Amino acid sequence: MHEQEMTMREALSLALAQALDTDDRVFLLGEDIADPGAAGPTAGLSTRYGRERVLDTPISEAGIVGAAIGAAIGGLLPVAEIMIMDFIGIAADQMINNAAKLRFMTAGRTTAPITVRTQVYGGLATGATHSQTLEAWFMHIPGMKVIVPSTPRDGKGLLTSAIFDEDPCLFVETIRLQGKKGSVPVDPGFAIPLGQADVKRAGTDVTLISYGRSVHDALAAAATLQHQHGVSAEVVDLRTLVPLDVQTMVSSVRRTRRAVVVHDAVRFAGPGAEIVAILQAQLFGELEAPVERVGARFVPAPAAAALEAQIYPSPAGIVAAAQRTLDRSRARVHG
Amino acid sequence: MTQPAEVQRRIYALMVLMKAADDRLSTGIGTGEFLCVYWPSRGQEAIAAAMGVALRADDQLVTTYRGLHDLIGKGVALEEIYGEMMGRTVGAGRGKGGTMHIAKPEAGVMLSTGIVGAGAPVGVGLAMAARRKGLDRVTVVSLGDGATNTGSFHEAANMAALWDLPVIFLCQNNLYAEMTPTADTMKLEHVADRAAGYGMAGVRVDGNDPLAVVTALDEALDTARRGDGPTFVECVTFRFRGHYFGDRMPYIPKDQLEAALAADPVPRFRAHLVDAGLATDQELDRVEARAAERVETALQTVISAGAPSIEELDRDVYATPITFPV
Repeated sequence: MHEQEMTMREALSLALAQALDTDDRVFLLGEDIADPGAAGPTAGLSTRYGRERVLDTPISEAGIVGAAIGAAIGGLLPVAEIMIMDFIGIAADQMINNAAKLRFMTAGRTTAPITVRTQVYGGLATGATHSQTLEAWFMHIPGMKVIVPSTPRDGKGLLTSAIFDEDPCLFVETIRLQGKKGSVPVDPGFAIPLGQADVKRAGTDVTLISYGRSVHDALAAAATLQHQHGVSAEVVDLRTLVPLDVQTMVSSVRRTRRAVVVHDAVRFAGPGAEIVAILQAQLFGELEAPVERVGARFVPAPAAAALEAQIYPSPAGIVAAAQRTLDRSRARVHG
Repeated sequence: MTQPAEVQRRIYALMVLMKAADDRLSTGIGTGEFLCVYWPSRGQEAIAAAMGVALRADDQLVTTYRGLHDLIGKGVALEEIYGEMMGRTVGAGRGKGGTMHIAKPEAGVMLSTGIVGAGAPVGVGLAMAARRKGLDRVTVVSLGDGATNTGSFHEAANMAALWDLPVIFLCQNNLYAEMTPTADTMKLEHVADRAAGYGMAGVRVDGNDPLAVVTALDEALDTARRGDGPTFVECVTFRFRGHYFGDRMPYIPKDQLEAALAADPVPRFRAHLVDAGLATDQELDRVEARAAERVETALQTVISAGAPSIEELDRDVYATPITFPV
């Protein structure tokens, strides 16, 4: 399959363009998504596909997602954009009480195969209401799928799957990844099935389980662990939180017997809590150490860059957590 | 505009069926014959019956938890409504959705919502889909006065007007938002005055007069089908049984309730049909008897139907089931 080097932004844009090309039912709606105001992955699309299919909306998040749901019930495949993830609270009722539940409540008579793209702004010193990583909220809602890509390749493949998926999908982008480059298959048929984790790096001593932006921190930590400490870390990128590829993560940790779960979401009651619970229930007796978690500190995101830098996971923090799992197992053997 | 006799008789038949369906629930729940949660529509029949004759079969409806009359007006079978209310396999959603969440796309009922105001944006999207498909169908969003105080309604009304979408906001103003009088929840005396703020046409009619409602709906439907955008139709009416079944209505002044009951739209329209020579008392007695029979037949079908099987829990959560380790 032919591949091209491109940024995450370009990869997402390509996925949207190809979906618009291949299926008349697809249309995009959101705030500032049409030219000339658009700056993100939708830039250029309204010029190519027209404003009927790339529709600028009022600042009305509940209206955007609600309209997407109605259009989906009516047979279209809408891709709604919530500009910054912190705004999703305004649209949450539509996602939680309509999109996620329609199929069940109507025994399949109506469904809402919408995609809601949104973006985490954390790391830009934009303060507490423009920084949050909130995917855990939606993992908790039966009927919703939750997708968080880490690379341009995954961005394109997963967004394509989300748009054509029969269930409502929350697709979480990260501003700090939009400029990141990688090799991407350009074939419109390229799609990555939802619910398949990706082993980004093979290892034998500890498994670093992550998704989204912090996968890159986990990879950096794995390199440090190898070069400076002689520790072989495996890195598992979950790619989707619902469905969750339990098999891949459990089989990895079954081999390494140690795990660290890493995410940019607040650690307390974050997605890692569920992942750890599953690992410990499935692997009790096989683990060498309690599973570690690395996540954002339980404070509102501070605006000052010096403070903000303190709250998110870092490669150094992941290395330290991995070392704690190794120390615990050594202590068990020798202590 | 005068409606043909046949249309007026259809309106009355619908009103009587809505009333009979409500009355039978009231008796059954009240005596403990069966259990279900219910937000009664008794008193609001004229609006839904008018909608029933004004809309085409392919026009779409978004309604609310107080939707019994609307669902009947749009042609959903009583068995599917009662079945859903009582959690039986014959319900529109096999008993999984309940009273507040009935959908029957084949009849044009696309959504019933239990979240006040949440249906309005969905109605906007349905209208967008209709336009994109080149269809001239109209989407009616049936809602209460209380719903117009929500942000969802405001966002949807603005979008519908902005894009000239084929939507009708059919406001059934029953003078109470749950237990609070409308006058305590909005500065405006007439809910329809809100429409001007969106650049939308707004009309206010007697919601107990089905012919007035039909006239307003016909004009709104023509406007929408022409591509000239949405209309807000306020129908002033009253709820005879309060917010939920069993509501003792301590918040409703006695004289207000008595006056509302005296203006009951069902006997009022019956009297009109007889006075205008459009039907005889004997004919209308038969219509009422038939409605009661239909309701009883549906009820017995529902009562003898089973409860949904446990397997239903794992169906329809996702298109393809997702399982997690327990």
